[in-house]
Amino acid sequence: MGKTFAEKVLGKATGNEVSAGQIVTVEPHFCMSHDNAAPISKIFRDIGVNKVWDSSKLVFILDHAIPAPTDKHAQNHKVIREFVKDQGIEHFYDIMSNGGVCHQVMCEKGYALPGLVMVGSDSHTCTYGAFGAFSTGIGRTEMAATWATGKIWFKVPDSMKISVNGTFSRGVSAKDLILRIMGDIQSDGADYMSVEFHGKAIADMSLGSRMTLCNLGIEMGAKNAVCPPDDKVLNFIKDKAKSDKWESIWADEDACYEKALEYDLANIEPGVAKPHTVDNYSPVTEVKGTSIDQAFIGTCTNGRLQDLEEAAKVLSGKRVAVRTIVIPASWEIYRKAMSKGVIDILLDAGCVLANPGCGPCMGNHEGILAPGETCISTANRNFKGRMGNKESFIYLASPATVAASALKGEIADPREVLV
Amino acid sequence: MKVKGKVWKYGDDVNTDVIFPGKYTYTVLDPAEMGKYALEDLDPEFARKAQPGDVIVAGKNWGCGSSREQAATCLTSLKVGAVVAKSFARIFYRNAINQGLPVIQSPAAVDSIEAGEQIEIDFENGLIRTDQGKEFAFAPIPEYVRGILQDGGLVEHIRKSLGLE
Repeated sequence: MGKTFAEKVLGKATGNEVSAGQIVTVEPHFCMSHDNAAPISKIFRDIGVNKVWDSSKLVFILDHAIPAPTDKHAQNHKVIREFVKDQGIEHFYDIMSNGGVCHQVMCEKGYALPGLVMVGSDSHTCTYGAFGAFSTGIGRTEMAATWATGKIWFKVPDSMKISVNGTFSRGVSAKDLILRIMGDIQSDGADYMSVEFHGKAIADMSLGSRMTLCNLGIEMGAKNAVCPPDDKVLNFIKDKAKSDKWESIWADEDACYEKALEYDLANIEPGVAKPHTVDNYSPVTEVKGTSIDQAFIGTCTNGRLQDLEEAAKVLSGKRVAVRTIVIPASWEIYRKAMSKGVIDILLDAGCVLANPGCGPCMGNHEGILAPGETCISTANRNFKGRMGNKESFIYLASPATVAASALKGEIADPREVLV
Repeated sequence: MKVKGKVWKYGDDVNTDVIFPGKYTYTVLDPAEMGKYALEDLDPEFARKAQPGDVIVAGKNWGCGSSREQAATCLTSLKVGAVVAKSFARIFYRNAINQGLPVIQSPAAVDSIEAGEQIEIDFENGLIRTDQGKEFAFAPIPEYVRGILQDGGLVEHIRKSLGLE
C-alpha cells in the first residue's frame, strides 16, 4: 500500500515510516507569526526560556493592522520589534515595501517550499501547500511552546483526494471551484484531514490559483491542503528558496484515501458563499440583484496580480456604483500592478487602493461595515461580525464576480459584463 | 477531576468570530478581560450570566474558523467547566487543551441534554450525568492530553517538563 503526501512528509520529518492515526513529534522548518508575535512573545516569556530554539526558523510579518490604527496596535508592534532585536530574528518584515499579507510574503519570498513542515499562528497557513509544503495553523500558546522547544506534535492525518479536470469557462476561476467544493462537503467536510489536489486542471493552474485553493482548506476543516510540486513550483523557487532542506514529495499512486472527490471545471460556474457561513454556497445566478454597499478585492485568498487583473478586465473603461476597496496582497504585487497599468484601470473605475495588508478582512480597519450593510468580498470568511459589525452581511466571491457586482451596485454575473 | 454546572446550548458550526470577535484580537489583551466578550455575537447574555463551572453543549464543528486562541481563553476567563460537542474544529480543540479547557466529544449527550439543565462531568470515569438521571459515557481523554489538562495548560506543562517549576 502506498503512502499519502502527509504520511511521506511527516515520515521524512521524523525519520521513520509513519501512517495515518499515529502521533508524531517533529521540528518545523519555519514558524510564521504576524501581529500576534507580540502576545506569543509574552507567553514565551511566561514559559521561562530565555532564547528561542533557533531564531533562523522564525519568520515575523506584520500585516493584520498596519500601519497601526490605534495606540494599542502600535504598542503591539513595538513589542514585536523589541523581541526581534532581543532574539536576533533575521526574517522580519516590518511595515516596509518588502512586506504584505503574511501568507503572500511567505510564498513570494521563498519560504514555502516542497516537503517542508511549516506552522503558523494563523489558520490560513495551509496556503503554503500550493508549493508542496505541509503547512498548518496553530494557536498562540502552541507557537510559544514551539519557539521554546523546537518541537510540535501532530496526529498523522487521514487524507482526502480531490481530482480536478477540464478547463475553466469564461468568467470562472479557482475561487468559484473552491466555493463550490466548500458548499458540497461543508465547513467540517475535511475535518482533521490532509486535502490533496490532483489532476490535469491543477497542473494547468497558475501558482496563484493553487494558493487560492489551498488557502481555503481550513474553511473545510482541513489540517493542511496541498498541490503537486511540479515544474511551475520548481521554476518559481529557483534562486528564491530560503532553505536547502526542501525536497519534492508527493503521494504514491496507490495511496489510501479516506474520501475521494472528482470535479470537472466545465461544470463550475460563478458562485458565492452567502452570509453567514463559508459553506452557504449558491450559484451567482440565484443571488443576482442582491443590493450591495461595498465591494472588497484583496486578502491572502485573492489579492494577487492575477486577481487584480481579472477585476481590471471587468472594470476597464467603466465606473463602479459602490465604494470598492482594493488591497494588493503585497507591495511586490502592487508594483507589478502599477507597471502593468492595472492600478490605473482600477483608479479610473473609481476604486480606492489601500496599503498591502489584511485590511478589513477580520474587522480591524480600512473598510468596516455599518449595521445593515452588505459587502461582496474576495476574502475567506463571511461569519457574522467578521468585518467589524454583527448586523452586516458578507458574500464571498471571485475577483471577477466582485468587480461585476461593484459596477452594478448589486450582485452580478461576471459573464454578463465580460465581452 | 469533576465539573458541575448549568448547560448553555448552541447549534452546529459555531465559529471563532462569534465566540471572540476579530476586532478585539489586538485591543483586548488581558486574559481576565476576554471573558467579557465571550460569545458576544452569538449570545450576548452568556458573558453576563455564565457562572464558574457552567458547560457549553453544542453541535458539530464547534470553534471552526480562525486559529485565534482567545476563542478558548475567553471561556477559561469565565471559568467555563468544559465544552461538550458533537465534534470540534481541530485548531480550537488544540487551543482549548493548551488553555486547560476540557473538550469532550459526545454526540449522544448533545442530542439529549437541554439548555438550562444541571450536569456533572466526571473525567476519571468518562461520564456525563444530568440532574434528570441520564448518563453518557465518553472516550477517555488521551494520556498526553490529560497531562496538559492536569497541569492547567501547555505553559505549565512545558515548564514542568523543562524543570522550570
